[in-house]
Amino acid sequence: MAVRTQFENSTDIGVFSKLTNAYCLTALASSTNFYSVFESELADVIPIVHTTIGGTRIVGRLTAGNRHGLLVPSTTTDQELQHLRNSLPPSVAIQRIEERLSALGNVIACNDYVALVHPDIDRETEEIIADTLKVEVFRQTVASNVLVGSYCALSNQGGLVHPKTSRSELDELSSLLQVPLVAGTVNRGSEVIGAGLVVNDWCAFTGLDTTATEISVIEATFRLQGQTSAAVINEMRDSLIDHYA
Amino acid sequence: MVAMDYEPDAAGQESYILCADCGTVISSANGAGLCVGCLRNTVDITEGIPKEATLNFCRGCERFLSPPQTWVTAQPESRELLAICLKKIARPLMKVRLIDASFIWTEPHSRRIKIKVTIQKEVLANTVLQQTFELLLVVHTGQCPQCTRLAAKNTWKASVQVRQKVTHKRTFLWLEQLILKHNAHKDTININEKRDGLDFFYAERNNAIKMVEFLAGVVPVRTKASEQLISSDTHSNTSNYKFTYSVEIVPVCKDDLVCLPKNQAKAWGNISPLTICSRVGNTVHLLDPMTLQQTDVTAPVYWRQPFDSLATVTDLVEFIVLDVEPSGPVRGKYVLADAQVTRSSSSANNMDDDGMGDDGIYHTRTHLGAILQPGDTVLGYHLTNANFNNDAFESFNQDRIPDVILVKKTYPNRRKKSKPRNWKLRSIAKEAEDVNENTTTVGRGALGRKGGVDQRNVERDYELFLRDLEEDKEMRAAINLYKAEQQEQNVNDEDGDVGMGDSGKKSGSGMKGGKRRTGAAAGAGAGGMEVDDEMDDGEGTEADDEEEDDFPEIDINELLEHFEELDMDAEGGEEVQ
Repeated sequence: MAVRTQFENSTDIGVFSKLTNAYCLTALASSTNFYSVFESELADVIPIVHTTIGGTRIVGRLTAGNRHGLLVPSTTTDQELQHLRNSLPPSVAIQRIEERLSALGNVIACNDYVALVHPDIDRETEEIIADTLKVEVFRQTVASNVLVGSYCALSNQGGLVHPKTSRSELDELSSLLQVPLVAGTVNRGSEVIGAGLVVNDWCAFTGLDTTATEISVIEATFRLQGQTSAAVINEMRDSLIDHYA
Repeated sequence: MVAMDYEPDAAGQESYILCADCGTVISSANGAGLCVGCLRNTVDITEGIPKEATLNFCRGCERFLSPPQTWVTAQPESRELLAICLKKIARPLMKVRLIDASFIWTEPHSRRIKIKVTIQKEVLANTVLQQTFELLLVVHTGQCPQCTRLAAKNTWKASVQVRQKVTHKRTFLWLEQLILKHNAHKDTININEKRDGLDFFYAERNNAIKMVEFLAGVVPVRTKASEQLISSDTHSNTSNYKFTYSVEIVPVCKDDLVCLPKNQAKAWGNISPLTICSRVGNTVHLLDPMTLQQTDVTAPVYWRQPFDSLATVTDLVEFIVLDVEPSGPVRGKYVLADAQVTRSSSSANNMDDDGMGDDGIYHTRTHLGAILQPGDTVLGYHLTNANFNNDAFESFNQDRIPDVILVKKTYPNRRKKSKPRNWKLRSIAKEAEDVNENTTTVGRGALGRKGGVDQRNVERDYELFLRDLEEDKEMRAAINLYKAEQQEQNVNDEDGDVGMGDSGKKSGSGMKGGKRRTGAAAGAGAGGMEVDDEMDDGEGTEADDEEEDDFPEIDINELLEHFEELDMDAEGGEEVQ
């Protein structure tokens, strides 16, 4: 199930929120509309935490995490860290990382098993990622973009990547991740997938500009609404055949 | 082991996504993430370009206003009109790329012009959209400023009245050529012939001032400006004037005999009072033929104390040179010489005071020593039997007055051959002063269209002017001569003109006079010059086969080509009368 929302007139909701299978972070806004959207979908299942990171609202871009843990940048204050520790389930490990590339959400894209990271990230950081998030770490690029977190959105069911990702690259990435990947767009043609979309295994939130077509691609890719990947592939194959006919 | 080459397969490099709007599969090379159709629906590249505009059209002269000020003639569906139309949306068009523009046919009476415009513009990154739209132009009729003025019968704003109070038109003929050479008549809207001169009309005052300054540069003049108030607006403090510039040219012409007042002659280098005018540039050059002393009289100096000419070109009579002997002094092209001359037309009726016939021999000093040979014909003033009514002349010591003052060499025999000239002159388009006379207009350029005696005078002056040009290299250098086109002799017969040109050179311009075959060249039928009656009477008795070796020929290299192309349409009719 994919839900459209916006954060204070911005459709880049991935910037202001972080969604995993075990928790959800949202930024502090002047109203609670944004929070309420998440609350209505997730309240009964996982904790939704209002927070700032290093005093900023761009929590989605500064943090990276999955079911097993949450990585926060070195700018995070002790108070914020304490607040997060109190709010998140005890099974989730929280780790502050001393990393030059401090926008962790931009440089790390992960699901519960695999993480793609920026090629220039510290070896030490890479180890911390692997330990905290309990994932295999691969240094990768997406459609020759180093900011892998910005240009893809991953769940355990599938992944949406930058529209210019070539087929061979898609094959390569999906063999690393062991999930089907689809190239696509959000927010009516925007290629910054990570900014326009947050997703976990059963639910997705996208920017308000996202079109019905994009929603349908997202739902098919992440298998939200009982659709199988076969259905997506069939749909694409049909239209591809149409296209080349 | 077989080495495997890595070959990136082409199909693997492509990627396809679904269009965000319609869901069709598109190549993701398009940065917008939308298919072309959806992109076009989303972005309007014609935004900001007006789809409707107005054109201003003058009903009087059927011209379109090309912003900001010019009025241009443009046919329907012409390139010019398209340019004017596109100018209307020029500013917004700067932001896009214009690919194509064409007219869509509309009924002319609808006063609507439709244009199909195709433009391109880059939207998003690396995505260029092309779009076609229609521009509707409403034609607003009105009047252009020129037509407004015409309708108000207020066509000119400034006029230049050029006058020279002499009996002939040669100065104006010369002036016309100078004006043509310097293109000084460019802004003239009308030229009228008036008694003793011409009126030039201008739409703008500065054009008239320019003309006045041009005239002051080429001839000695006196100028007076005046203005007439047409209307004034006290509220906006503006007024509308008509300006008139009266330009009077010094009445002394080339080859005129001048007797200066005594005090003036003293002031100007103590020159002898009896001088001839050797040249008129923007000053008057006076020459004493007895001593070769020269003086320049500028216009301001002249008008401080004007003097008149004693005798003019029409008073010149022909003499035959019997003997000539240089006496030493040389100054430029002038060589002082003692000459013996006699009247060429010896008629017994023409007795002088002493009862002698015209066949008396006269001794005189002349400045023409360089060009005179015994046997030549020369023009001069015969002072012994002249009767002048001039104070300065009366007070001049009568003993010092020579019998004859020779002025210039002439070539009567050559002239009698009626050889057509191989060159001709352009003319300012004629403008008839009186519309009724339009059908029978005659004359030369802006001159002599009043018909009758005046026309005859102008024809004579014109022939004299052409001869002057032939004989004076300096004069020729100041104006443009054109090659006369080659034409059949028979055609020339009909025109009865002064032989000015149409027949072209027929016997080889390269040959000098003496070598010319006279028989064939005489071309008896070729446009005769029956204009110069007084002169021709005397010349008729001369032997026709006599040659003049130093007859002035104009080198073909001096002449300009393409007379007709430069010319105006009206000219053709003018040449053949």
